[in-house]
Amino acid sequence: MKLTLKIWRQKGAQDKGKIVDYKVSDISEHMSFLEMMDVLNEQLVNSGEEPVAFDHDCREGICGMCSMHINGEAHGPDRGVTTCQLHMRMFKDGDTITIEPFRAKAFPVIKDLVVDRTSFERIQQAGGYISVNTSGNTQDANALPISKHAADEAMDAAACIGCGACVASCKNSSAMLFVGAKVSQYALLPQGQVEAADRVKNMVAQMDLEGFGNCTNTGACEVECPKGISLENIARMNRELVKASLIKF
Amino acid sequence: MSGFFNSSIGRKYAMALSAFFLMFFLLQHFAINIVSVFSPGTFNEVSHFMGTNPLIQYAVQPILIFAVIYHFVMGFVLEIKNKGSRNVKYAKNHGAANSTWMSRNMIYSGLAILAFIVLHFIDFWFPEINTKFIQGDWSGTLEGVEGYRYFEELQHKFVEPWRVGAYVIAFVLLALHLMHGFTSAFQSIGSTAGRKQTMQNIGKAYSILIPLGFVIIALFHHFNH
Repeated sequence: MKLTLKIWRQKGAQDKGKIVDYKVSDISEHMSFLEMMDVLNEQLVNSGEEPVAFDHDCREGICGMCSMHINGEAHGPDRGVTTCQLHMRMFKDGDTITIEPFRAKAFPVIKDLVVDRTSFERIQQAGGYISVNTSGNTQDANALPISKHAADEAMDAAACIGCGACVASCKNSSAMLFVGAKVSQYALLPQGQVEAADRVKNMVAQMDLEGFGNCTNTGACEVECPKGISLENIARMNRELVKASLIKF
Repeated sequence: MSGFFNSSIGRKYAMALSAFFLMFFLLQHFAINIVSVFSPGTFNEVSHFMGTNPLIQYAVQPILIFAVIYHFVMGFVLEIKNKGSRNVKYAKNHGAANSTWMSRNMIYSGLAILAFIVLHFIDFWFPEINTKFIQGDWSGTLEGVEGYRYFEELQHKFVEPWRVGAYVIAFVLLALHLMHGFTSAFQSIGSTAGRKQTMQNIGKAYSILIPLGFVIIALFHHFNH
């Protein structure tokens, strides 16, 4: 395949940045999108140009590092996949592909396609945990009876890899699918009950502080999420916050 | 709870509560207006009751005005904040791939409804407030009109084609606003009912039938005055 790539290039956080056109050829339809980017970068290095900076790590859809906005969609046109799992067979010979970083005020660009998603880390630190005594007498988690339904729902919520596609896809740059999933995975389990009220209040407060927008229920996040996180997690977070506000007002 | 209503979720929640109230109001407004198509006399009686009942005038009406103002003002406040949450726009954004036009353009359908409400207030609400609260005339009658004045005033307003056209356009945009707003309000209050097929069907029926009914009422009075 021969492709024209329109890629966002930005030297650093203070640089204005712009879209730059590149041509790549000999792209196999069996390549992953990131392998195609590797081909481009090899080409750029060989011609003495600065390669395109982009986030990646596991390249198997687990780490949540890859974060490109491809042809107007987070992680590209396929469903249920991260950018590293996106195959070039989704594109045709002669296509023009626009590649941009995830856009949000709370995800500032570091360089080219690399964005700073530590705002997600700070939200997690605000309450995305349970307090467990780890001094050697830690209780086995399986000692607590949990219904299959609750365990499945908690597991589905915990499948969130924190890639930020929800924020990138949302017209409001809202992080509510991410926070909803993180609140839900604990709210559904007995281990999460002790800190439930503080957790949701603190995580939502941190989310607001980071400058994410408000959810208007367009559902774009759910469609683009590579892990299929459901909007029901946002509804659960909303319920949890009401409950927490009534308990601790 | 003040902290709750200052949070992003609390504001969503309040938007949804005002939306539920406005959707209920719209339903009763339609129920009364459709009577005008079938029985002018009954329409006059019901309108006089609604226009003079102290509970409605002094308790429900202020809540309605508050709900309308809150829904619009908070809608704009949230829109401005949301716009500011993405300081650099995408060069290419394929919104249609993951969301409906209605859900992405609530602010524009909302603005059209606001413009309509201004026209509607000039047409009906301001004259009604002037007659009752400034001139002190609670009789519901008009010189030269037999019985109550409400049906006569309603028909008179739909004589001019431009006004009927404006009302029809506004109702189409209202339908589009409701197509997303109805089920969205459930999600905002933390209910998953809006995601169930039955509730989605009810939402679609409400969003289409109520505005369509208002269009029929406007056209009926235009062609039968």
